[in-house]
Amino acid sequence: MNETLIPHIGVVTDIRIDTPDVKTFRVLTPDGKKPFEHMPGQCAMLSIPGVGEAMFSITSSPTNREYMEFSIKKCGCLTEWLHMMDVGQEITIRGPYGKPFPVETDLKGKDLLFIAGGIGLAPLRSVINYVRDNRQNYGAIQVIYGARSKDDLVDYHEILDEWMQDDGVEVNLTIDREQEGWDGHVGFIPNYVKELAPDLKKTVLMCGPPIMIKFTLGGLTELGFQKTQIYTTMELRMKCGVGKCGRCNIGAKYVCKDGPVFRFDELGELPDEY
Amino acid sequence: MKYIAKSDLNLFLAAAAKAMKVYVPVDNTSGKADYKLWSEGTVVSGALHTTRSAKDFFFPQTENLVEFKIDHKKIDIIDPREERENFAIFGVRACDVRSFDILDRVFLSEPVDTYYKNRREHSLIISMSCDHPHETCFCSAFGIDSSEPAGDVVFTTAAEGYYVSAKTEKGEKFLADIGYAFEEKDESGAEEAKAKTKEIMARLPLAKLETSAFGAGKTKEFFNRPEWSELSEACLGCGTCTFVCPTCQCYDIRDFKTNTGVRRFRCWDSCMYSDFTKMAGGNPRLTQKERFRQRFMHKLVYYPENNDGIFGCVGCGRCLASCPIHMNIVKVMKKLTEESK
Repeated sequence: MNETLIPHIGVVTDIRIDTPDVKTFRVLTPDGKKPFEHMPGQCAMLSIPGVGEAMFSITSSPTNREYMEFSIKKCGCLTEWLHMMDVGQEITIRGPYGKPFPVETDLKGKDLLFIAGGIGLAPLRSVINYVRDNRQNYGAIQVIYGARSKDDLVDYHEILDEWMQDDGVEVNLTIDREQEGWDGHVGFIPNYVKELAPDLKKTVLMCGPPIMIKFTLGGLTELGFQKTQIYTTMELRMKCGVGKCGRCNIGAKYVCKDGPVFRFDELGELPDEY
Repeated sequence: MKYIAKSDLNLFLAAAAKAMKVYVPVDNTSGKADYKLWSEGTVVSGALHTTRSAKDFFFPQTENLVEFKIDHKKIDIIDPREERENFAIFGVRACDVRSFDILDRVFLSEPVDTYYKNRREHSLIISMSCDHPHETCFCSAFGIDSSEPAGDVVFTTAAEGYYVSAKTEKGEKFLADIGYAFEEKDESGAEEAKAKTKEIMARLPLAKLETSAFGAGKTKEFFNRPEWSELSEACLGCGTCTFVCPTCQCYDIRDFKTNTGVRRFRCWDSCMYSDFTKMAGGNPRLTQKERFRQRFMHKLVYYPENNDGIFGCVGCGRCLASCPIHMNIVKVMKKLTEESK
């Protein structure tokens, strides 16, 4: 029987420093395999026994057959500890949890617009790379990504060296304030999205801080996008990951199992408590 | 029909206790009862309720989930569970028996909670009809008949004794196995006792509590009601209501450092607590109003929405008796439906 609450061992085999407060951890099983299969947008429970357990979105794409990656921002107790780890450290992992982005159904054949702010790129990176690896199934890809500064752009090198080199992938980067050595766009995401005025045929996948989501959603609506063509992924406190511990609900929906991916028209039906 | 005189109850329990552990309600000092393991000389309480509900048997207040042995960078994971024995719970009232169904829908739905399932499968429920429901009882509002509880074996309380019947195969087998020689009595006594209970239930102050305004799909109607502020104003956030509630099933998972490793346990948690939803990045339920609203919306709207319309309350009345500020689900339901009357 599947023992949901009993985790498995994961070995951290690589730690990449992405930004001053974001590290990307590569996790394998002790015998060197990928911990489990998942779909883009799904999450996993990571824990350091004695410190705590929390839900993290899986950053790597399911098309990566070798390992799993998590980009994690240092912002609380467990994440502080994760950031202090060395390569070779064992942690625990269980999952996958939640409903993925509908990459094999609703998103198929669509032009996709990804909008991410800061660490919000983490869950979208899984989808972006999945779509890049299954290029024939999707239309044009546009990524609008912003961070506080150039140094806060997560996966900057992957963006420059891989995404920007792909045909049919347009990447628009922005940072909040002018910075030496940056000749790209400067300004907040919501305004940048309005300036870029993306094609209304695109399906939007958005993740970032709540304030960015709020204003970007407003901007997209002004441009003429419908809520039915915008997806996001949510995060609330979770303990079990399977809709039983009772804390991650928004109305009658549990973010851990009914989400974390929601379409904005579905989200609009739920009470404003997130 | 099988019958046993009240004075012979201990003979039955002695026979049952030979087959498995039997837990019975025993008087405590607060005029209520607690479940205790029966042994020779134990006196079964006549109290209507146990202070804590019977959910403890399947979903204990704390329970070890997993243990970790840690050696530098290496971790060993150990499942601490041992083989479980069969046990019986005697004297469970109709409301608490229904609460097991409500908990089952949470813990036995996919993915199954094996800790809960294991306890559930090893249990035998011997329920008992109520002969003196209290003024805080409102099980009938949720379609529960306290004179006819569910369970594996049912004891129908009459003046001098109990009429006994098995309701499940498990219950039949149990009665056959323990081989207790019940008296045989005409069924009319049981029917008479049931009728008497029904008559009392109908006269209780909360007998007419209306539930029809609540249920699936009512989130929009109730979520932003201004009454939540007033209702929650005096709430201390103590969580007593959730702890005595037979259907509250929210839990926390925490780690405890032992001398030799780490023990991960789960324990009851309460949506009434400020840190229930608190994250490093903020808290979606900032004040007691949101937490209070969550508890009642869950029982009256969210739970029914996810569970075929069944309410997450059984009307046992424990929260009515235990809340330090005398707030409770009945007041909430009445207040929220006041104007629509």
